[in-house]
Formats: sequence, structure tokens, C-alpha cells
Amino acid sequence: MTTERRRAPLVDMWIIIAAIAVIAAYVRVIWFTPAEATQGLAQKIYYLHLPAALNAYLAFGVVFVTSIVYLWLHEERADRVAEASAEVGLLFTTVVLTTGPIWGKPIWGTWWTWDARLTLTLFLWFIYAGYIVLRGAIVEPSLRARYSAVLGILGALLIPFIHMSVYLFRTLHPMPIVLKPDRPSLPPEMLHTLMFSFAAFVLVYLALVRARYRLSAERARVAELEASLEGGR
Amino acid sequence: MSDPTFRDTTLTGATPRESESPVLPGLLAATWLIASKDLAIEFRTRTAFFSALVFALLGLTIFFFAWDPTAVAAIDLAPGVLWVIFTFSGLLGLQRSFGVEQADRAMDALLAAPVEREAIYLGKAVANFLFVVGVQVIAIPAVALFYNVPLGSIWLSLTGIAVLAALGIVAVGTLFSAMAVNTRLAELLLPMLSLPFFVPVVMAAAQTTSRLLAGRPEAEAWPWLRILLGFDLVFVLACAIAFPYTLDE
Amino acid sequence: MSAALQPKSQPQVHRPVVEAEGLVRTFGARRAVDGVSLSLGGGECLALFGPNGAGKTTLLRLLAGLLAPSAGTCLVGGVALRADGGRAARSRVGLISHASMLYAALSARENVEFAARMYGLRHPADAAMRALKTMRVADRADAPVRSLSRGLQQRVSIARAIVHDPLLLLCDEPYTGLDEVGSAALTEALGERRAHGAALMLVTHNLSEGLALATHAAIMRRGRFVRYEERGAVDGPSYASAYRELVTADV
Repeated sequence: MTTERRRAPLVDMWIIIAAIAVIAAYVRVIWFTPAEATQGLAQKIYYLHLPAALNAYLAFGVVFVTSIVYLWLHEERADRVAEASAEVGLLFTTVVLTTGPIWGKPIWGTWWTWDARLTLTLFLWFIYAGYIVLRGAIVEPSLRARYSAVLGILGALLIPFIHMSVYLFRTLHPMPIVLKPDRPSLPPEMLHTLMFSFAAFVLVYLALVRARYRLSAERARVAELEASLEGGR
Repeated sequence: MSDPTFRDTTLTGATPRESESPVLPGLLAATWLIASKDLAIEFRTRTAFFSALVFALLGLTIFFFAWDPTAVAAIDLAPGVLWVIFTFSGLLGLQRSFGVEQADRAMDALLAAPVEREAIYLGKAVANFLFVVGVQVIAIPAVALFYNVPLGSIWLSLTGIAVLAALGIVAVGTLFSAMAVNTRLAELLLPMLSLPFFVPVVMAAAQTTSRLLAGRPEAEAWPWLRILLGFDLVFVLACAIAFPYTLDE
Repeated sequence: MSAALQPKSQPQVHRPVVEAEGLVRTFGARRAVDGVSLSLGGGECLALFGPNGAGKTTLLRLLAGLLAPSAGTCLVGGVALRADGGRAARSRVGLISHASMLYAALSARENVEFAARMYGLRHPADAAMRALKTMRVADRADAPVRSLSRGLQQRVSIARAIVHDPLLLLCDEPYTGLDEVGSAALTEALGERRAHGAALMLVTHNLSEGLALATHAAIMRRGRFVRYEERGAVDGPSYASAYRELVTADV
């Protein structure tokens, strides 16, 4: 196993690039994108909200896949990616849940509405939180990895049921009317800004997961060294 | 065991009939063995069942006093209360499920026994199922009594819903109980992990119950029941398959 | 190989009860068991000594079927450890540990009967009573286990472990917490099992107790056997000092 001898800096190229991308995206959002006619300035938070949501689900998909890989191949690295992705996913999910109301208040008149997507994201938040608390409660690495993988897979199985339940609930219970925040008629500039923002967020996701992964890997390496110093016990 | 290749049979002191070779219990037999063992323990102490029951009744009482009858009709409130209480009292039963194996490391003896690993999960799930249904047998009439709602008119459907709902929460709860018991935050983790999974079950059960109570056509309840059935199918299977992966092998 | 106790005329050579070759068990990067090979016949007892963390418990758990080996092969009673999902091998093994593995709320009889059923015995109630009688706790058979002293609980635990007459009996520090009377009863019970042709593996920190029953002695360190010899070749005091040296060498 080859190891890089030079200390890799915590803030590496990935993070710098991602940071620049995000800043560029927001410069574009704030100054170079027209405000939406009916919703006004508040709509601009949408460029933060939607990409964060998509990445939160992407992160969850990664947790799901790496959980399967871990149980199948017992590859420690898969577990580390899952851990990193879950933590970053929790971050993104929190962003979604906070920007949702901030955007929603001026438009819906209320801070929270059990909008189908927002509710699903809330459950995603619960599963992520459970995943992270579970990991925090187990010291032994292989037990932790196994349990987390099981939760990662079961959580993914839960999502369709939450979706179906919430959808059914909403079709039967009239909720506050939501102005269509979807994209059917996004002019090209807004669409481009959205895509730019999304790309920036994906870079942030990758950079953060990478950094978190490296932290995990280094901790594992330290634990290994300690173990071998104690004489392999 | 009495195989003469490994040792002399006459020394084992066994009477002739005992040297009939044993028949290892199959999946169903082992499941029932473990379930009845759990039920025997519960019956001997009765504390968990009694606590869950008292908790349910207390919960119903508290909800009653927190309720403004002029704002919400009993018939609208009762289904929600019933199934929420069902969830939380069920959790009490699930908590102790694997706890009993932890004391004195009885789990090691279960794992050393020549039974399939899935039988351990299924056996405990069966015991938990009976526990939860047992609490419901008393809690449901209690709801009818306290809230003065005619649950008796839909008792057959209600039984079906209770069975399906119990199956759902027990499937997931038993697995998480097995996991939580090995962690540092067992009492906190079990509810935290399980409750998101209980939501579709509670929703389906409560919505179906309220529709049936309101006398609406059964066809309206059907979509919810489909979700509940689907949930049970998917998660009983998924959790039984996942259980051996939680063991260190 | 042991022609331990011959019944009649022909000296019958028995196959070894346990044949392990190169057993390895890793936890992440740590090799808890690092290439252990052994062969133990019926009527033999291997006393296994070693410092904490040497891998003794892990080795026993491997043989009991509680853990899967990362590498290596092992036959117990002629069947591979992992055959039939491990069930075949496990049915031939009994496990005793310092934890009683009993259900405190149930009686001794219920605990042992449960074990008898789990091992598929045809007449579980009779087998349970027989095992309890062997361990001299039959008179307390119907009291809940929690009302018994630690020594009596350990005897019930042994009854549970031997009810199915296992070929291989694994004992992980069974003397822990036992007083004089309890220890003597345990030694007697294990000796009796050995006389009945079972193979024993006994992990203990107590050299004299271990050597009392042993036909073979081994010292384990960092997952390997660093010493393995027949009991006859072992001289008590020199073994004790060699053992002390090995243990302190790790500190």
C-alpha cells in the first residue's frame, strides 16, 4: 500500500475550486439573473434550494449504493464514502429545509406547508440524522459499518413509501394553495443560472465528501498504527 | 454425536433410545421455539406487557385531557390517538426484545445453537407481534370507551388493520432492537431509528380507521391498505434478510 | 488421535474431534487469530493460556461457530465448520463461558430444556433432567435461575452446554467468579465429560486449574500458538515461569 508521505493540506484544490464555483454561481444569481416577475427577489433563494435538494438526494443515493457494496464486498472504503456522503447529505438537507420556508413565507404566507417534496426531504433529514447518531453510538468499526449499511439500505426502501403516503394524503386533504414553483416556464437565463448553481453544488458535494473521506481514512490509519504499536492487540 | 468414529458410544452413558440422532429444528420449528421462549419469559415477569399497557392507557387519558371537544369531534380525534399510542406502546415492547438476550450473554447461546440465524429474528418478531397485538386487544376497547366512539361497528376491519399495522412495526422494530441493543444509546436509538419507518404504517392505519368510522365506502380506504400491505411485504422480507448481516460473521 | 478408552479387545483409533488448519480471523487490519492449527481427539483436553488480547476467546468463538474464519479450514466431528450454514458443526459443539448464557427469569429445567430442543434432541425433557442430575442441580430444577448462587448458575450453564452430549466442549474462562466448591464441581464435571470421550478446550488464566485437566497445553500470543506440548512434557513450576515471562514480555 503506497502512502503519500507529504501531509495533504486540509483545504485542497477541490475545496478551493468548489468555493470559487459557488461564489461565481451566487454572483450570477444576485447580479446577473433577472428577478422573477411574480415572486420577486425571494425567488432567488430557489437557486440555492433546488440544487441543494437534488444533491441531498444524490448523496442519499450514494449512501444506498455504498451500503450495498459494503455488505457485499466488505470493502472499508465503501463504508467511509457512505459516512462522508451521509454527513454532507445532512448538511444539504438542512439547507433545503431552511431555505424552503424562507422562500415559502413571502409566497405561501406561511412558514411551513406540508408540501410533498418538502415533507419527503424532512424524512430524508430524519433518516440521515438517525444514521449519524447510530454511527456515533458504536465504537467498533466493523459493527458500525455493518449497522450503518443496513440502515442505509432500509432507509432507501422507506423513501418510496413516504412518497406514496404523503402524495395520497395530499390528494385527499386540500392544502394551502401553492403557487407553482416548478420550472415549466423558466426563461433561458434562469435555467442557465439554475444549472450553473447545480454544477457548483455538485462540486461542493464532491469536495466535502472527499475531505470527509480523507479524514476518516486518516483516523483509521492512526487507529491501525496505534494497534500495531501495542503489539497487534 | 454418538458417532463411533470419534469416540466409543458405550461410554457416553446414553440409553439406547437417546442414541437416535437428533433432528435439528428447521426454520419454522426454531422460530416457534424462540418465540415461545420469549413469551414464557414475558409471561413469567409480565412487567413489560403491563408497562406497555399502562403506558397506553395513560396516553389515552392525557390525550383526552389535552383535547378540546368543542373544536374537534371525538370521531375525528380517536383514530389518530389510537394509532399514535399504538406506536409508542409498541416501542416499549420492542425495547426489551433483545435486552433479554444481552443479560448473561444468552445471545451467544442462541448463535451457537444449530439453528438458522433468520429463526432468531423471526422468533423474536413473532413474540413481539403477539405482544403488540396483546396490548391492542385492551387498548382498542379502551379508546372506544374513553372517547365514546363506536369502534365496535367496524371491529372486523379494525382487527385486520391492527394485525397489518402490528406486522409492519414489529418487522422493522425487531431488527432495530437487535441493532440498538449493541450500541451505547440503546433506549434513544430504537425510537429514533424506528419512528420514521412507522410513519407510513400509522398514516395508513389512522386514515383507514377514520374513513371507516365516518361510514365512507371501503373503496376509499383501499389505497391506504395497499400501502400498508406493500409496506409489510417489503419490510418483513427486507428485515429478515438484513438480520444475518447485523451479526458478526 | 486418541485411543482413549478402549471398550473391548480392539484398540480402536478414533478420528480427531477437531482438526483445524491455518485458522485466521481478522478484524479490520488486526489479526486476532493468525494461523492456528490444531488437532484434538476425544478424551483429550487442551488447556489454552495466554495474555489478554492473545486471541484465545476469538479462537473459541471461531470453533463455536459464533464467528466465521477469515481464512483456514476446520473440521469438527468430521464436518466442515461452515457446512450447512454452520449448523452441522454447531450441533456437535457445546460452549461454556464466564457468562452463564441463561435466562434469569426461567427455571433451570426450562433453560436446559430449551437448549435440548434447540439441538433437536428427541426427548428434551429427559435429556434436560439427566444433564441437571449430572451437574447435581436437579433438586433446584424448578427455581428461577436468578435465585441461584453464581456457582449453581454455572452448573446449570454447564448442564445447558452438555445436554446434547457434544463432541467438543469449549470453555472460556469458566472458573471466573467461582469459589472453591464451585471450582471443584466444575473440574469434576469437565473431567467426567472428558472421560466420556468429548474433546475439551479450556481457556483459563489459572495455570493449576488448567493443567489439572489438560492432556495438552498451549500458550497463545498475538494470535498464534507459541508453545504447544503434551501435558506429560510439562513441568509445573518451569511452565509457570515460562508463562510469566511470555506474558510480561507483551507489556
